[in-house]
Amino acid sequence: MSLSGLLAATIALVGATVHPGNAPPIENATVVFDGERITAVGAGLAPPPGATVVDVKGRVVTPGLFEPWTQLGLVEIEAIDETRDDDAGGDPIRAAHRIVDGFNADSEVIPVQRAHGITTALVVPRGGLIAGQAAVYDLDATAPGAGLVNAEVGMVLALGATGGPSRSAVLASVRELFDDARAYARNRAAWERNQYRPLSASYLDLDALQPVLKGEVPLLVSVARRADILAVLELARTQKVKVVLVGATEAWTVADVLAKAGVAVILDPVENAPENFDRLRARADAAAILEKAGVSVMLSTFSTHNARKLRQWAGNAVREGMTHDGALAAITSVPARVFGFKDRGTLAPGQRAHVVVWSGDPFEPLTQVEQVYIDGRAVSLSHRQTRLVERYRMLPPAR
Amino acid sequence: MRSNFVRCAAVVALLGCTGAEKKPDETAGGDADAPVLLDPPVEVTPPPFEPARAASGPTLIRDAAVLTAAGPIWTRGWVRLENGRIADLGEGDAPAPREGETVVEGKGRWVTPGLIDTHSHLGVYASPGVWAHADGNEMTNPITAGVRAEEAFWPQDPGLERAVAGGVTTLHVLPGSGNLMGGRGVTLKLNPAREAAAMRFPGAKDSLKMACGENPKRVYGRDKGSMPMSRMGSLYMMRSRWLEARRYKLKWDQWRKKPYDLKDGKKTPTNPPDRDLVLETLAGVLSGEILPQVHCYRADEMLLQLKVAREMGYRVRSFHHAVEAYKIRDVLAKEEVSVSTWADWWGFKIEAWDGVEANIALLQEAGARAIVHTDSAEGIQRMNQEAAKALATGRALGMKLDENTALRWITANPAWALGIEAETGTLEKGKMADVVVWDAHPFSVYAHAEKVFVDGHLRHDRTAPAKAPWSDFEVYR
Repeated sequence: MSLSGLLAATIALVGATVHPGNAPPIENATVVFDGERITAVGAGLAPPPGATVVDVKGRVVTPGLFEPWTQLGLVEIEAIDETRDDDAGGDPIRAAHRIVDGFNADSEVIPVQRAHGITTALVVPRGGLIAGQAAVYDLDATAPGAGLVNAEVGMVLALGATGGPSRSAVLASVRELFDDARAYARNRAAWERNQYRPLSASYLDLDALQPVLKGEVPLLVSVARRADILAVLELARTQKVKVVLVGATEAWTVADVLAKAGVAVILDPVENAPENFDRLRARADAAAILEKAGVSVMLSTFSTHNARKLRQWAGNAVREGMTHDGALAAITSVPARVFGFKDRGTLAPGQRAHVVVWSGDPFEPLTQVEQVYIDGRAVSLSHRQTRLVERYRMLPPAR
Repeated sequence: MRSNFVRCAAVVALLGCTGAEKKPDETAGGDADAPVLLDPPVEVTPPPFEPARAASGPTLIRDAAVLTAAGPIWTRGWVRLENGRIADLGEGDAPAPREGETVVEGKGRWVTPGLIDTHSHLGVYASPGVWAHADGNEMTNPITAGVRAEEAFWPQDPGLERAVAGGVTTLHVLPGSGNLMGGRGVTLKLNPAREAAAMRFPGAKDSLKMACGENPKRVYGRDKGSMPMSRMGSLYMMRSRWLEARRYKLKWDQWRKKPYDLKDGKKTPTNPPDRDLVLETLAGVLSGEILPQVHCYRADEMLLQLKVAREMGYRVRSFHHAVEAYKIRDVLAKEEVSVSTWADWWGFKIEAWDGVEANIALLQEAGARAIVHTDSAEGIQRMNQEAAKALATGRALGMKLDENTALRWITANPAWALGIEAETGTLEKGKMADVVVWDAHPFSVYAHAEKVFVDGHLRHDRTAPAKAPWSDFEVYR
């Protein structure tokens, strides 16, 4: 099937098993998109007149995958510092650090992930206590705004073992920071006239924290140990901030508490070993336990170069007891919902046409990605690696 | 073999090990002219303190799909394990179970050889990963060929039980890649024990871990301001030590041939040359007793390593990581060097920037010996999935790759790289009873290793989970 001429026309994918991302699969379904939006999804729908019909019988169609924790666009080569823009450096409080100012949509790492069905990513800064603001991108450099969806999706906070100051000291400094941010907002005029007490962070950071303190933007808290998770919940309650738990290795031990509090988690589903003293109760079926308890579960590779493993990671979650629909939701509709993107993450009318056609079950390693659409445009599945393979398929290499 | 090794060790320095049961004092001691042994003789390794394991009971696995990795794939077949070996196997109906034989009903199950990882740091970078558990890199000198991973291996690493649960029965534990010559690697079987020595794969050769590229020049040149600062320095240092090793080996060979002075028709025994543990390891490589496992990412650097090996007179057994192996797969096939690599790791450093998912498939296509290795406590738990990904990539390129071939990437080929291919790595009569029963096709992401036999011992059984963890560390579980 040729993909030429499919640019932004009305396209109808016909005959596939459609996994909508938030509902059970639909057999023999048609997915229609007209430009950037999906216009129809349903079993046996006739393609609209004039649509380019793509026969995808026997295939599986899903929403584009959403990797909820990565440094794509910020890190080209991990061990080459000058190719990295994930870490602001300096002061541990970097709330004003916005990754969008350094994001590189032309990263050669991005198309490699896209070729495995990832169309959207939460791009996250690293380092310090508050690393900065994470942003969501659609992984298409040709899209308006280089794919930027939202520049201020969450404020990244790392808690847990530090090897330095105690956890209590760290939490005290977080509370001090939040109190200062509130005091600064209330007394801004006095601060501008230099008639206010010293504050624990720069005005840029204190400004940047205001949406968090108003509950408009969540704190994305990296945390693993049960005691630390409970401390975060207490912080959220007393500071009236919204939190998402990241890593959350021992979250399964307090699954009911999280469900009741409506706190979402981002998990690495293959984390099952006591890699450090914060993670002694790591277990392979953590995602299954949390899903069963009714917690909003997102799955992540926590990787940049191999975010493409996301589908394999989801498959491993299913292997350990998560439902297939739940695992797919955990890498499509749940992150879209948790981070507030109503038009992404599912296959339904009105949704952005981020669509992947797979040769079979997307979680199976033997399944191939056949087509990827972002905003209704078929995107190329070639990248640095496929070009190298082409070059070296014949030896000595063609030049 | 091992007991014979130890028994004759006391005389090996003088006579070589012939297996003849001579008491030491019949050959050297008790004789006024006997040489004074200044050092312990070469290769004396005391036996493990751990008592020998009892032989496993007989087991018959029947009515399962059998993927032998030796060629045949039977949709219905059987495997019989006895005394730690594969006693017999076949297609179709199984023979009647014998009295006392444990029967494993394999309907809806897949049977493969136990998986083998040529590149693991379990035990030497154990979990929890605190600084005090970092025992895999003796980064105080770029050449520490005399140290042994076996002697840093913590048999309580919680990763070991998880590896066996992933279907792994044999792993090669290597020193890290901070040094040019980091030390000796050891091949272990995943039988729990209180000491590494008791886990040693019987008769398996040690390896020498070597590393080219970024790591040594980062650790020494960049971080310490000492040699090697560059790849030039790395090659110079390696070559220099190989030249010393050649002289060292020559001295020992000459002494072994003539351990005496001849004066007036009378033989006076002479002292052996001094032992040097670094050079002893390198000399072991030169004599073929130790297998070089070479960490190398870039194609041009692998070619250089092959040249040095040729100059010095040894053969690289396997390149590790080798993300650019596809660029020189014709050479690697011709030189019969195996390649231990990942299905998809790439890009984390610049020497890994040209990694491609098709590496393994392209090597296979060229007739080179491709191996999926893990270098990872996580990856070792799903080697079957890693092989499946590599298979999928090859098929996407139009290659006709069958399941037997892909299964060999995690069984027979790693066995060859470790020199244990006569003992394990395929399901064949007489081989060690290292066998996995999977609850789904092993190339499915949903497959669990349901039962894992190591030397015929059931070391993992998902249907009857162990009541206690292997590792003392995890008694809280």
